[in-house]
Parts: sequence; structure tokens; C-alpha cells
Amino acid sequence: MGQIFPRNANRLAWLSVFAGLLLVAELVLILAVYFRSNYFRQINVAIEQPVAFSHQLHNGVLGIDCRYCHVSVNQSYFANIPATETCMTCHSQIKTYSPKIAPVLESYATGKPIEWNKVHRVPDFVYFNHAIHVNKGVGCSTCHGQVNEMPVVWQQQAMFMGWCLNCHRNPEQYVRPRDEVYNMEYVAPANQVALGRQLVAEYGIMPPDQLTNCWVCHR
Amino acid sequence: MQALHSRWRLSPARLLRYGWVGFLALLLAACHQDMYNQPKVQTYDPSTFFADGRGSRPNVPGTVAVGAAQTDTYLYTGLINGVEGDVMPFEVTRAVLERGQQQYNIWCAVCHGEAGYGLSAVAQRGGIVPASFHQQRLRDAPIGHFFVIITNGVYRGDPEKDGYQSMYSYASRISAEDRWAIAAYIRALQLSQNATLEDVPPEQRANLGQ
Repeated sequence: MGQIFPRNANRLAWLSVFAGLLLVAELVLILAVYFRSNYFRQINVAIEQPVAFSHQLHNGVLGIDCRYCHVSVNQSYFANIPATETCMTCHSQIKTYSPKIAPVLESYATGKPIEWNKVHRVPDFVYFNHAIHVNKGVGCSTCHGQVNEMPVVWQQQAMFMGWCLNCHRNPEQYVRPRDEVYNMEYVAPANQVALGRQLVAEYGIMPPDQLTNCWVCHR
Repeated sequence: MQALHSRWRLSPARLLRYGWVGFLALLLAACHQDMYNQPKVQTYDPSTFFADGRGSRPNVPGTVAVGAAQTDTYLYTGLINGVEGDVMPFEVTRAVLERGQQQYNIWCAVCHGEAGYGLSAVAQRGGIVPASFHQQRLRDAPIGHFFVIITNGVYRGDPEKDGYQSMYSYASRISAEDRWAIAAYIRALQLSQNATLEDVPPEQRANLGQ
């Protein structure tokens, strides 16, 4: 029986070792990129809800303040989902017979809560407090985007730790006056950094070395 | 003497030959999400423990939170011997009025309009007729009246028969102090919309109309 492999097959065997290592490295990279991708994290994907509620209409067109429904946003760590009673405050009289309102009426009659689908999920090992952010001049739209233009809400920003830290390191680039926090149309002024520095001092925002401490978010 | 040595001595060549087995073992370890999804109930998390599946429990009737005992009856009811009072339960300062303005613009302006005439986008689109604060009946009403209305809501007709609640109670959404601040701000709105030249200090009159 003759030789199956020619002499230069040795080189191929050598190369395949490196090719294999490269493949493993690529696989790891591809996985890392995939799990950080907007596709995997469902960024910019509208989340269907059990009720066809439009922020675009209620906030954008009718101009209802964020706090009318999300009452606890400046009082608690959690920005509440409004109780069915809040919906019914208007919809016991307006559009009462619309089929879109039917799940709300049913919830109000039976006392069974509407099961809204969560759009923004923070891992359980992160402590996030809405109240401290809005009360220190971080606007709703800074993190949530133009919700006033969303008929169905989507997440517009992947919540990576680096993204959080970016603001915790440079709060002066993002804070706005407290009166403007709930203004969804707010545009940062040209002198943002100067204004931001002034607001950081005025609102007593911690210096970055404290604001980036582990315990601030992981407690 | 051969038997004293382990046959599986770790030589560099062996390490190179079998090292990849260790890497393979990593593949067996699935990604645990135990820290990501901790077995604790957070706001609105469902729970299998309770029959209705809700993790957040409704208050047991009659519960009073620490520090929330409503000992100051006038502050929480707006009534003196069953009649709407005409005094504020606390001093009205500029800060109270500004708080009232902010809260009014969140809660009330939605229907009653920012100036309080009962004109707003919601009222127009929804075909409802909210009260104007500038009618004589409400200008003459005691300040406690506004507090009582915000606290209890408004019934049109007899609730037993065909009546309905045209305005819901806001007691669960606005704190008693803020309801009073809104009442004070409504009074300020009423004064502003019916002001005459005499109400303006003489030195400020030149600024009018600018």
C-alpha cells in the first residue's frame, strides 16, 4: 500500500492547529457580540401590550404629564405602572365603549390587574432608583428616549454597565434643570457642560469617584 | 523502584496533550442566571405563593402605615363639624403655591386647563365638560370645598340610581398636603383671572401689557 498523504500534509496538520485555535477565538467573539447585540437584547423592538395604549397620543398629543400615571417616579425606586383606576379616571367617560378599552373595563370590574409586559429589565443584582435620578435632574428622555412619539413602547437603549457609568462619570454632560426633567422635547443647550457643572453643584450630585463606587448600584 | 513513581506524572508534554480536556469541561457548565433572577419578589413580580398570583399585596383594610396615622382631621377631611372649612390647615407660603401650581399642572390641568376655565385638549377630544373655576359658585366656595372634591371626587346624580362619578377621587394619588396646595393654587388662579388694575401695585402697573 502506498502513501495516502503527501509529504506537505505535515504543514497542513500544523496549520490546522492554529486554524482550530482561531476558530475557538472567533466563536467566543461571535457569542460575545451576539449577546451584546441589539437583536439579542430586543432594543428598538416594540413590545406588544395587552391594551393598545399609546404614549404618543396620551403624552405627545394630549400633553398628559408623565407623573399623572407614573405617580411614584419621584417618590420611590420604582416608577409605577398606573392602577386600572387611573385609566378609568378618564375612560369611565371617554371612549367607554371602544373595544380597545374593553380589557381595562374588565380589569376594573373584576379587580384583576392588567398584566403589562415589561419593557425595561434591570438585573436583580443592580439597584436602580428612579426617584434619585429624576430629583437630581436626569430627564425621562435621557434614558427612555422619545416615549412621547412611541405608539407602542420600545427600549431604545441597551442598559450596559458602561452606559450607566458613562453618566456616573460625567453627570454634567446629562443633567438638566429640575423643571425640565419631564419635558420630553428638551434639547440640551449649547452650554450644557457649564450649566451641568452648575447643576451638579446645586443639586449636590456626588463627585464621580463616589458615584462610580460599586456600592452605588450593587448593594 | 519503579513502582514508587506515579505513572501519571505531570510532564509539560502531557499537559499539552490533555490540557484541552479542561477547556471542554467549561462547555458543560451552563450559564447560570441565579444572580440575574434572584428568588425574591420585587415590585409587580408574580408569585405562586398567593392564590391570585400577585407578589405585591393589597393593603389589609384598616392598615395604618407607621407615621401615617391621620390625627389631624381637618388636614385629611377638609371638614369642620361636617362643613367645608374656609381656612388652610397650614400657612400658605410662596413654596406652597409653587408646589400647588406644579401639582395642579400635573393632575388638574389635564381636564380643567392650565388657566382653570375647563378647557383642555382632553376635554375637547373626549367631549366632557369639566367645571370652570371662574364661575361665581366656585369663586364663593370655601377653600375646603376644593380639597373635599379632590379627595372624594364628584358624583353626577344619585349613585344608587343612574348617577355616575364624573371625577374620581385623587386621595390615593395626591398626598393631603399637596391637595391643600392645589386648593390654594386654584384660589390664586381665581384671583388672577378676576384681578383689576387696583390689585397691581402702582409701581408695577407700567409693566402691564408688555
